[in-house]
Order: sequence, then structure tokens, then C-alpha cells
Amino acid sequence: MTPLLAMFIGFAIVWAGLFLYVLRLHRIGRALEAEVDALRQARRP
Amino acid sequence: MAVTAEKRVVVARAGPDRSVAFIWLGLVLIVIGQFMALLYAPEEVTMGNAQRIFYVHVPAAWIGFLAFAVVFGASLGYLFTRRRAFDLAAHASTEVGVVFTTLAILSGSVWGRYAWGTWWTWDPRLTTTFMLWLIYVVSLMVRAYGGTGSQAARFAAVLGVIGFLDIPLIHLSVVWWRSLHPLPVVIRPEGFGSGLHPAMLQALLVNVAAFTVFYVALFSVRRRQMAAADALAELKHDESRRPAARWTAGAQEVS
Repeated sequence: MTPLLAMFIGFAIVWAGLFLYVLRLHRIGRALEAEVDALRQARRP
Repeated sequence: MAVTAEKRVVVARAGPDRSVAFIWLGLVLIVIGQFMALLYAPEEVTMGNAQRIFYVHVPAAWIGFLAFAVVFGASLGYLFTRRRAFDLAAHASTEVGVVFTTLAILSGSVWGRYAWGTWWTWDPRLTTTFMLWLIYVVSLMVRAYGGTGSQAARFAAVLGVIGFLDIPLIHLSVVWWRSLHPLPVVIRPEGFGSGLHPAMLQALLVNVAAFTVFYVALFSVRRRQMAAADALAELKHDESRRPAARWTAGAQEVS
């Protein structure tokens, strides 16, 4: 493994990991909004 | 989407959203920090560019410690007061802390592969960090599979307190025992940052600041989501009780 490749893999792991977690939070937020919408639909007379 | 009464209730219960400012500030600091890590900081003599992993590995590990310090405080708060707000803060910080600790372990593993020739070794620093990670993963599992009652929250709070005691052990493990891991270069008796070239220290501190702001943003978003999920569950619960309440009232009238 060359120093440059090691550096690239290290940075890629950290930023990919953070990106995936932000994506997960975004999906949870969307799911919560969908649940609120579903509740509103259910309450509509 | 139109703002409905239900959404207003959920948003009000989740609390004010201050995460946007932190996200933007975090992004600006991250761009500056990465520029400094890759171009401003000098190349290390023995490891070359591989040493630059330091500028993401150390801030990720630092955020793990910070997140678990928040878990410690919030867990104590929950154990003494039983307020749900403390439990939510502890839960959100545990999750974010586990993410950052995982990234610190993985990036350290790549660095170790280059520097020591192995992905993993049962070195005191690595082992104590793995223990910390394991304790908080167990805490998340207790919350996930222990039901929604206060018992799971109580167990998780106890784990949150116990886990934090591992952090001083991690810091001192390289001093107390013979270790492959480098000695502390920032917090040391000879002076703050005395083990680093000034430009390396500056790059590290900017990245630590960037990760800290980003942690605050992620923690804030996750805590609000958990509070919103709580409010939503209550609304659903109220909704499911409506016919039963009417029936009970009717029954009382009849009797």
C-alpha cells in the first residue's frame, strides 16, 4: 500500500461514513413527515 | 407541504431547529480543514502522505469522546430526574458517538495497515477503544430491543455512565502500557500541542473545530427527530383511543 493510497482510503472511509449517516437522518426525517401526513389523512372527516 | 395541525404539534414538541446554522458553519470549516490537511500541513518525514489520515482520524476519535461525555451527563440527568429530555439527548448522542468512533477505528485500521503492517492488533489503545465502542453499541441494542418503557432507558443510562469511565483509560493506555499506538501529541505534560509542527497543529485544530460543529448539527437533528417521533407516537395513541373513549363515555351514560 502506498502512502497516497492509504491516505485516500482513510479519508474516503470517514467522508463516506458521514455521508451515509446524513443520508440515514434525511430518510428518517422523510419517513416522519410521511407518518404525519398519513395521520392527517386518517383524521380528515 | 402545507403545515397541518398535526405537523405543528410534532414540530412544537421537537423543539426549535438550530441545526441549519451549524450545518453551514460545519461545511465551511470542513472545506477549510480539508484544504489545510491536504495542502497546508507539511508532509511527515517517515510516513509521508499516509500520516494525513491523522487529520480525520483524531477529530473523529475526539468527537466519539465528546459525544460520550454528553451521554454521561445526560444519563446522570436521566437517572436522577427521569426526565425524557435527558434520555432523548443521551440516545441521540450515543448514536452519533458510535458513528464517529466507528469511523475513527476504521480510519485508524487503514493507517495501522500502512504503519504497522496489520489491520488490527490487540494493543491497549485499540482494545480499550473497541471496548468503548462495544459498550455504546450494546446501549443502542438495549434501546432497540428493550422496548419503549423506562426500563430500557434506565439500563442504557447505566451503560452510558459506565462507558464514559473507559475514556480516561483510553487516553492513558499508551502511557501506562507498552503500546504500538503513538503517544499523545496534543494533550501532554510538556505543553499543549508540543508534539506537533505548528502547521500540523493548526490543521488539526481546524478539523477538530469542524467535526465538533458537525457533531452539534447531527446531534441536534437526531434529538429533534426522536422528540418528533415521540410526539407522533402520542398523537397516534390518542387517535387509537378515540372510539374507546366515546364508547366508555356512552357506557357511563347508560349505566
